[in-house]
Amino acid sequence: TMKGSVISVLVVLAVLDRLAGGLEHRSYDYTKYHTMDEISAWMNQMERENPDMVSSMIYGQTYENRNITLLKIGFKSTTPKKAVWMDCGIHAREWIAPAFCQHFVKEILGSYKTDSNVNMLFKNLDFYITPVLNMDGYIYSWRDKTTRLWRKSRSPGTGNCTCFGTDLNRNFYANWGMVGISRDCCSDIYNGPTALSEPEAKAVTDFLGAHQNEVLCYLTIHSYGQLILIPYGHPNISAPNYEELMEVGLAAAKAIKAVHGTSYKVGTAPDILYANSGTSRDFARLIGIPYSFTFELRDKGNYGFILPEDQIQPACEEAYQGAMSIVNYVHDKNFKSAATTATLANVF
Amino acid sequence: MASTGDLEPTHYPARRAAQVALHYLNTHHGSPFRVFGLQQVHKASAEDVAAGGRKYKLDFSVTDWGSGSAGPALRCSADVLFPRTERHSAPKVELHCEALQQINSTAQEDDAFYQKYISPDSTVSARDIPDSFGNMSEEMQPFWRLARVAASFIMLRESSENTEFNMAKVASITQQESSEEQLMLEFVVLLHDFPSQEIVQWKLLASWSPDRGVRVLQTEWQPRCPHATKPPN
Repeated sequence: TMKGSVISVLVVLAVLDRLAGGLEHRSYDYTKYHTMDEISAWMNQMERENPDMVSSMIYGQTYENRNITLLKIGFKSTTPKKAVWMDCGIHAREWIAPAFCQHFVKEILGSYKTDSNVNMLFKNLDFYITPVLNMDGYIYSWRDKTTRLWRKSRSPGTGNCTCFGTDLNRNFYANWGMVGISRDCCSDIYNGPTALSEPEAKAVTDFLGAHQNEVLCYLTIHSYGQLILIPYGHPNISAPNYEELMEVGLAAAKAIKAVHGTSYKVGTAPDILYANSGTSRDFARLIGIPYSFTFELRDKGNYGFILPEDQIQPACEEAYQGAMSIVNYVHDKNFKSAATTATLANVF
Repeated sequence: MASTGDLEPTHYPARRAAQVALHYLNTHHGSPFRVFGLQQVHKASAEDVAAGGRKYKLDFSVTDWGSGSAGPALRCSADVLFPRTERHSAPKVELHCEALQQINSTAQEDDAFYQKYISPDSTVSARDIPDSFGNMSEEMQPFWRLARVAASFIMLRESSENTEFNMAKVASITQQESSEEQLMLEFVVLLHDFPSQEIVQWKLLASWSPDRGVRVLQTEWQPRCPHATKPPN
């Protein structure tokens, strides 16, 4: 009948539509570097496909007026939850970092149904994940081959300065201007005319400040160097929980090494890299977020910032284990009885 | 202030000195099919020396990038002296690596590569190795390694206790007319320095043959891209 045919056609169309949506998701290639537009579309898709678990939040604007957006991931709750913060791409040229944030989101969303550990994390924690913090810089680094190694923001210089950009990771209100910076605005470690002169740094500062009591763990993802850095960047200032941070960092490095044999070093920046100030990691620790780490992903200088795409997968796999090692430690410390219950459940 | 005596091998002072020794190693033993990377520092110490300067004693391992983490590690020891002069002068390196002669020879690949490109018609020219995604053709890989070896001469010369250099990418490769049976290559390389996070651009002219290895004939520091500055209003 006519009606039967119409219904058949509608059913076929509905099935095709679902198939197309599913294919679209499965076809996002996590082993390639993506443009900002692709990442934004992907974020929308993550939200659309997981409405119960993923919501996006705009928490500031870049200098060029783009919406700085994070994905909030976890089981919805009527009461405030503790949280883990992760940001990627504070430095434009470190393309493996945004790739890692995308990989991380894919992994946790793809495993929470079957992995009781991730399920428990989603129950007790929210993940606030910013795949690209320095959007202006990231987009600029895609412009052409001569811009690939850009690091800073894209705010214009002030006063007599003829160069663009401030190093966002020297711009935070954390011993700002004390060490490891340059007052030359053309320098790649120019810390800005004043602390928090950059709207991107201000956005993170405001968000962390507003969620100070929720955020248990601050992870900021960079490259390269294969390092896990703990606060503080100033050689004469020690975090009160330095020993614990070292222990947690070393456990993460061990978890990383177990995946593909890659060695990561752990320590304060002044010990294993160089002294610095005004970093987001230091700011997070200073406002009381107890577990604050910088990840410097692959490699050690062979390709440096321009890590080949065929290394995205292994680099992300190992870093994922490192990040989860830290997240699980932080979770278990705050939700001990829940962890015990889960363990007992497994026994019985 | 820097400490004298034993150094923590995982900390940056030891690593920076080892990186200098590594650059020295590559200038002597690097080739189109061999570039060494620092694997690990085992032991390190430093002392101020009478003539003014600081001498590091290092025990470290390197691997050939080509073989990746699967490849054998070579154990090396080095003395690296950073002079303390008003104007910068190059560090002095004494290096000994065990079993250097025993690692798989690349003589066959070196010769084939040499024969292919020494011909008078050869005019290799390329830009942006690797591309923005880290990719390069197989044909370009030996040129990329040669650029890295040639860049090592500059990185060695420019190093101090306050720098840590790697080659970020090769901006261009232009083959010049062969001379005295040497492949002649003009490179523009971009170097990355960790402490300053700067990208430093150098143009250089290098020669290579399987017999003589890499020699750097000319170097020229180049100011960075004009678009880093504001366009005129």
